[in-house]
Amino acid sequence: MPVNCIRCNQNRAILKRPKTGDAMCKECFFFVFEEEIHKTITDAKLFKPGEKIGIGASGGKDSTVLAYVLKTLNERYNYGVELVLLSVDEGITGYRDDSLESVKRNQIEYNLPLKVITYEELYGWTMDEIVKKVGRKNNCTFCGVFRRQALDRGGLILGVNKLVTGHNADDIAETIFMNILRGDIGRLQRCTSITTGNEGAIPRCKPFKYTYEKEIVMYAYFKKLDYFSTECVYSPNAYRGNARMFIKDLEAIRARSIIDIIHSGEKLAVKKDAKLPIQGTCERCGYISSMNLCKACNLLEGLNKGLPKLGIGKTDRLRKQYNLSPAYSLNSSMANLSLKSSQLSLNSEKDCNCDCGENSEKSCSNQAKNSNNQLNNKLETIVDLNF
Amino acid sequence: MLHLTIEFSGGAELLFGNVKKHQVELNNDTKWTIRELLVWIKDNLLKHKPEMFLQDETIRPGILILVNDSDWDLLGNLSYELNDNDNVTFISTLHGG
Ligand SMILES: [Zn+2]
Ligand SMILES: [Zn+2]
Repeated sequence: MPVNCIRCNQNRAILKRPKTGDAMCKECFFFVFEEEIHKTITDAKLFKPGEKIGIGASGGKDSTVLAYVLKTLNERYNYGVELVLLSVDEGITGYRDDSLESVKRNQIEYNLPLKVITYEELYGWTMDEIVKKVGRKNNCTFCGVFRRQALDRGGLILGVNKLVTGHNADDIAETIFMNILRGDIGRLQRCTSITTGNEGAIPRCKPFKYTYEKEIVMYAYFKKLDYFSTECVYSPNAYRGNARMFIKDLEAIRARSIIDIIHSGEKLAVKKDAKLPIQGTCERCGYISSMNLCKACNLLEGLNKGLPKLGIGKTDRLRKQYNLSPAYSLNSSMANLSLKSSQLSLNSEKDCNCDCGENSEKSCSNQAKNSNNQLNNKLETIVDLNF
Repeated sequence: MLHLTIEFSGGAELLFGNVKKHQVELNNDTKWTIRELLVWIKDNLLKHKPEMFLQDETIRPGILILVNDSDWDLLGNLSYELNDNDNVTFISTLHGG
């Protein structure tokens, strides 16, 4: 029994939208998918005419769909921005080689300029060489820290005004959850904002903030977009993997969960008296950092001096033993940075944020509010257990 | 016999010896739903790591299923009854972003 599309009521539906439960045909799905991203971009005023926008392109599904949709919308709505692809080559044989090939095919197909920036040119080390030194336990720490800076540095070389990344709603829900478990109040605040890093570094935006991973993959499938999918050959982050599966399990039970977690995260506000890390700059490379040495410089010093453990965990004694200049926090006391449940509260916003269409909280009968409150209660429990 | 085309993509093919497309024939003495097909795939096509494919007797959350290019969420999920020449596609969303 074929189901008809809820929007055009003519064509056979091919997809049930996780966020709304709507059954839609292919053409209507393409349309609403693109329009929702357009709305996210215009609501948050992400782009100004004349800006140069760097798309963090990994060759995977998210960034491939992002490049395609941004090119489409830039033409359809005359954003007037210049789009460029920016890829990071970590130097992982067999992994990046294939995914970079897929970025290069996209570059040709979408006719966008591409800049590939390598760990080797930035840091003097490839990931393969780093893994030989540090083994497979901490390699994801190195890779993550280095990749973050690499995009910024590549963006500086290209002279972009903003960087956009393919982080989707599932990624953001997962990050909110992980920051709660870690008690990282600073990141919990930042991870829900659509644009981050306005001070100093190049601003980063997430146009897929409200876009479900399921829809991104379905869009790529029905548009026959060419992307590369594999696990990194070096062990994936098990902790993040568990958080991911938890989010996916919730989605399977109730598909709205993902967007509800994001709305809850947005409403978690840090009270004014909560102490947040001071952002300074690294004395060696000038990158934003809450320490005198940024994480990358710290890790790099360890690699170059044959002390790969430097920069992972507490290493004061190691630094002293080898006569290295001390690494210290730019904040007077890191103890102030712990997350305390009393410092968190829900924004008492009057407008209803759910999709009920009501303007005021009172007239909304939607569950979203309740689940916000429930999540907040759970938050307090988790936080209390942690400290 | 029930003739099916089974396809794996988005990284799901890595669990099946990197083979994306499989033509299979099933004995149609009994009716076949996706529920039975999943078990059959686990026993006959899957090369390793069954926990990466099935969880609690259904597909692992994060792997999408389409039948003849339609979302299985529209077709009754596990209880969808397979027809001759159906095309069943599995797409992983869990691999590299
Ligand atoms: Zn339609
Ligand atoms: Zn530095």
